[in-house]
Amino acid sequence: MSLVFVGVCSHGPGITGRTERADPVRYSRLLAGYSRMRAALEKSSPDVLIIVAAEHFANFFMNNMPSFAIGLAESYEGPIEDPDWLRIARRQVPGSVAMSRKLIDGVMQHADVSYCEEWQFDHGIMVPLHHLTPSYELPVIPVNINCQCPPMTPLHRAYAFGQAIRAACENMAERVALVATGGISHWPCTPDSGKINEAWDRNFLDRWVRNDRAALTDYSDEAIYRDAGQGGYEIRTFIAAAGAANGARGEIWCYEPIPPFACGCTVGVMDLSTA
Amino acid sequence: MSLYPLQKAIYEANRSAAVMSKYRENPAAFAAGYALTGEEADALRKPDIGLLYVLGVNGQLLMYFAAACGYEWNAYIGAMKQGLAAHGPVRAGLYATVGEAR
Repeated sequence: MSLVFVGVCSHGPGITGRTERADPVRYSRLLAGYSRMRAALEKSSPDVLIIVAAEHFANFFMNNMPSFAIGLAESYEGPIEDPDWLRIARRQVPGSVAMSRKLIDGVMQHADVSYCEEWQFDHGIMVPLHHLTPSYELPVIPVNINCQCPPMTPLHRAYAFGQAIRAACENMAERVALVATGGISHWPCTPDSGKINEAWDRNFLDRWVRNDRAALTDYSDEAIYRDAGQGGYEIRTFIAAAGAANGARGEIWCYEPIPPFACGCTVGVMDLSTA
Repeated sequence: MSLYPLQKAIYEANRSAAVMSKYRENPAAFAAGYALTGEEADALRKPDIGLLYVLGVNGQLLMYFAAACGYEWNAYIGAMKQGLAAHGPVRAGLYATVGEAR
């Protein structure tokens, strides 16, 4: 079996924690995008969900910061944040040591990763799960790419990491879904929070839809910081999803700039039949 | 300037209720447990969210910490803006130079 589903979505904490501040029409479109993605994910009948995230100092710090990390636990706890602040109840999320081990062994044929028998989920994983797997019954394998603090893995290695995930999944018997989460341009948690470079976002998403590896990786971190803020570093997760899609083309089901959520809220899915 | 231990103090408080309790019980003693300058220790003790931002604390760390200290979202954003006005541009870290005249 190989990957049965590949998608991307936003994860800003405001998406659940500050809902009343959003334009109602834009917010309803975002919810419709999540709902459509949830239905497509369920239709793919996955045995496990890989969620490629860009965690925010919940587990990793500058004393020991992996470029790539994969969870290896039977369960994970989240959110690490105050549940009242995020408006998501704290809970155990099921994992699978057996499936994680298969994934890690396979990825390690192509890329070096850290493995983690402990992992506290922050909003970067909990917000997508809240909308996509609200029953929390589907086992999850968390994957992290350092997108928070330089030095960070180059973009072409993020793409290759996605390819390594795909190669590993091709040797697994299980049906594996992958959702990558991150922002595009955004300046989260700073005085510029709410600023969104919509033109930059749409240009990036056009590259993602075409799964144009050269174009997707044709950014410097200096240019990303200048044009897309420090949150723009999280495009690494979207790029990894493109790599995992093996050349498939994608569709954007939602792009709504919502300043109170501090990002252009995105839902996109790769059409794996085009690979 | 000792941004690394300052951020580590906040990281450890953010991810452990027990550590956050120690901070709340005695912020000065908590700050003394890290190799901080006097200005950094004072900012952590109060807490002065605006100065912590100017000292270079990453917003992804500062956001959780401010929320745990009772800062509502708008108050958090406002505190950083006030910090820039009071203390000048960000001095270190990812946002160094933010707030400089252009």
